[in-house]
Amino acid sequence: MTPISIAFLPLTDSAVLVAAREKGFAAEQGIDLNLVRSTSWATLRDRLVYGQVQAAHMLAPLAIAVTLGLSQHPAALAAPFKLNVNGNALTMSTAFAAALDPDLPRRIADPEATAHDFAAAIGLHFRKPIIGVVHRCSSHALMLRYWLAYAGVDPDRDVVLRVLPPSLMVEALRAGEIDGFIAGAPWASVAAAEGMGELVAVGARIWQRGVEKVLAFRTPWMDEHPELVDPLLVALSRAAAWCDNPANHEELAAILAGSFYVGQPAEFILPALTGRMIPRLGEPAVTIPDSLLFHREAAAFPWRSQALWIYSQFVRWKMVQPSAKAERLAADVFRSDVYRRALGKAGVPMPGASMKLEGALDAPRGVGAHRGALTLGPDRFFDGRVFDPHHVRDYLAELAGR
Amino acid sequence: MLEEGLREAGYEDIHLVPPQGAFVARLERIAPDVVLMDLGSPSRDTLEEMLAVSRALAKPIAMFVDQSDEDMIGAAIDAGVSAYVVDGLRKDRVKPILDLAIRRFTAFSRMQTELEEAKTALAERRTIDRAKAILMESRSLSEADAYALLRTTAMNQGRRIAEVAEALITASSLLGGKM
Repeated sequence: MTPISIAFLPLTDSAVLVAAREKGFAAEQGIDLNLVRSTSWATLRDRLVYGQVQAAHMLAPLAIAVTLGLSQHPAALAAPFKLNVNGNALTMSTAFAAALDPDLPRRIADPEATAHDFAAAIGLHFRKPIIGVVHRCSSHALMLRYWLAYAGVDPDRDVVLRVLPPSLMVEALRAGEIDGFIAGAPWASVAAAEGMGELVAVGARIWQRGVEKVLAFRTPWMDEHPELVDPLLVALSRAAAWCDNPANHEELAAILAGSFYVGQPAEFILPALTGRMIPRLGEPAVTIPDSLLFHREAAAFPWRSQALWIYSQFVRWKMVQPSAKAERLAADVFRSDVYRRALGKAGVPMPGASMKLEGALDAPRGVGAHRGALTLGPDRFFDGRVFDPHHVRDYLAELAGR
Repeated sequence: MLEEGLREAGYEDIHLVPPQGAFVARLERIAPDVVLMDLGSPSRDTLEEMLAVSRALAKPIAMFVDQSDEDMIGAAIDAGVSAYVVDGLRKDRVKPILDLAIRRFTAFSRMQTELEEAKTALAERRTIDRAKAILMESRSLSEADAYALLRTTAMNQGRRIAEVAEALITASSLLGGKM
């Protein structure tokens, strides 16, 4: 057994790593998987960058930010495997949400209308709303900014985005330090169950196939150790298939509830897995299609176009100066070549391309694949805009013209 | 503990800021040269956000004293301490602060480990005593014989005495024996 250490944060989307260890998928590949619990993204990042662990459960935009030198010490990181797609939710205090559509299923199903309602609600609120985000370089923050900007809200001017660890969001909401937050599971369910807030929007409705966490390595280490990386990805791919299977959701929720992992009751973890979320205390559950994906539709495949979408948003919000070099560095963080090498032999359906238009699919569609049949699910952005990774500048000009 | 050490070393302008609520605003008012923070604190992301956007601190801050000093970074992470240093503060002035912090944090975590070990030992002692009592009563053994039986069983099974004692207590309670 070869030991490999991976740092993670106690979130539902650490599921694939946890299942790989607890359900024996790692051991099957001869890997003694040691999971290192971390309580902040900064500490997880430091553990990876300074070599205390070989890999980490990382926010996809953070892996790109570290590579571009936007988050403390610059280091080349590589993400050959996505740990999940979707899973985020925007929760607001009941006081703020009173100005939104009271029909909760309709509010959640129609992010266009809700964005406009939200813009109006900002003016009605007693102060500039303070919204908790887990990190400036998080998919959550980028998705929230994208959604607000659609309705003419300038996220740097009209709201205050405050960085807070997900585990402190509900407490901050209770103390009135924030008016809402966007975070991954299980925190929206915890806030609703404690009567502290209600669901306003879900990531899966803003971008139907939103990039979330990736497995990140230091690039030099990954390139030097294919004999470890390849079996690890095989183990994770099998674990992801296990996590996606509805028959296993109860067991998965029970494992994640353990105090070493998420440390929250299984009943708060299950909703994101099953896509049945309670939007507000005392209300019936609403169905969120594709609320969290681990495996199907090649969910783990690191499309280079998705790394470029993240880069485009960094440029849009002036977090990075646009340059051909930065664009190439960002795209290279998503290592679809390593995914192909590691999983090509394992019988996993393999997309024919490594870039695609993001947001172009209205309905599930079969696509060219090297092995087996591969169907990609709908991946629309809620505003219908399509991201062409070959024309980042045109895309940004279009967004700015809105 | 750290504060005391720093004062002894001649640093006087020390502020303790609990990382809760509006601590970032307090930090901005204090405008420190060095911020030391527990690596296990979930609020590190909040602090780093401030360092990234703050206007109060003209030059943002770099993590750890000297990025090239891998040993020191490793020691700091092991000890569980992170340091944010205002760019421009001289390295030779910061190094002793971080050294001291690392030593103190390490000493503290060692103390905690020892405390944990002592607690575990005490709990195991109690388990073994209960198991002995069960054996003494149900098989009319002397205390020394009961202990010898536990020890032999543990050795034969390659397990620790406390584990055998635990199993015995569970089995006995399942069988409805007196605890």
